[in-house]
Amino acid sequence: MRYIEPHAHMVSRTTDDYTAMVTAGCAAVCEPAFWAGFDRSSSQGFYDYFRQLTDFEPQRAAKYGLPHYCWLCINPKEAEDMVLAEEVIDLIPRFLDRPTVLGIGEIGLNKNTRNELAILERHIDLAMRHDQLILVHTPHLEDKFKGTQLIVDVLKSDSRVRPERVIIDHVEEHTVQMVLDAGFWAGITLYPESKCTPARAIDMVEAAGMHNIWLNCACDWGRSEPLAVPRTALEMRKRGHSEKAIDDLIYGNPKRFLSQSSRFKVD
Amino acid sequence: MTRQELLDLYFMDARSKLIDIAAFLDRLDRAEGEADFRLAAFREALKELSRVDPSRARQVLMTFSDPTTEPLAAAPGKGACGAWPGGPQ
Repeated sequence: MRYIEPHAHMVSRTTDDYTAMVTAGCAAVCEPAFWAGFDRSSSQGFYDYFRQLTDFEPQRAAKYGLPHYCWLCINPKEAEDMVLAEEVIDLIPRFLDRPTVLGIGEIGLNKNTRNELAILERHIDLAMRHDQLILVHTPHLEDKFKGTQLIVDVLKSDSRVRPERVIIDHVEEHTVQMVLDAGFWAGITLYPESKCTPARAIDMVEAAGMHNIWLNCACDWGRSEPLAVPRTALEMRKRGHSEKAIDDLIYGNPKRFLSQSSRFKVD
Repeated sequence: MTRQELLDLYFMDARSKLIDIAAFLDRLDRAEGEADFRLAAFREALKELSRVDPSRARQVLMTFSDPTTEPLAAAPGKGACGAWPGGPQ
């Protein structure tokens, strides 16, 4: 088995996780910028975080033979503070020429506020001005449906956005079709409690089709499972999916989306 | 897969989860004090399980979702609790 982990917060994980992922067949890992579990006190904290994502973490992953890529942004959980968010957005261009940066993400919404929306629009503008791919986080639980609608509307309202260069992540049964129908890629996140189980993820793939969908574990500092993607592949085998179909979903699809960035290389 | 094959694969897991839900509701009944909007949403969501069309998962998620469309003026906090407070009480 081979797979690409397109969304994992490896700065929160141990070296054992790197070893386990590589052992399971992981060929590359991609790390969006996210919330650290606490609010950073200044933009300088983000400067160092971006250095970690673009410099230190790729070196750490390389020790385990795993190519590491990243996405940059201020996450929506900290976007309510617009002064801080603007300062962080102004920092990002300094890092966009780093060799492992794939785009702007994970941007999006958390509580679906006006400030979050304004910062989302600023991120989209930044991505368009620098010809970057976009990775979007959708809100949690009761806020997901409304937030996904708002996100789709904002993206569709910017004529510069090419939907095939945007992935909207953390879809569930009530949002997946909305995202795909609008022409965007959809990401299904496999979590032990919230978001999606392997069985439900396969249900969605069977119902919506495999085209333009990827699976990810989004492992971070909370309860999450770094091997969720290969475990879901095993579940697909139990359901009788072919090895080719599994490979297409967990390797071919993320490779197809991510290869829209010339920086993404995988054997 | 056939229905028989799916039952072979998932019945025990689904049975276990169903009993967990029953036990959760029993536990709430035995407890004292007032419940809140989350239990009301949960009971509404349970009704969706009796539907006959294959969109139960979507409908359960919609039951817990904020159906409004206007952005909030300010964030009430960072977290989500799993059910929309403005739903049926």
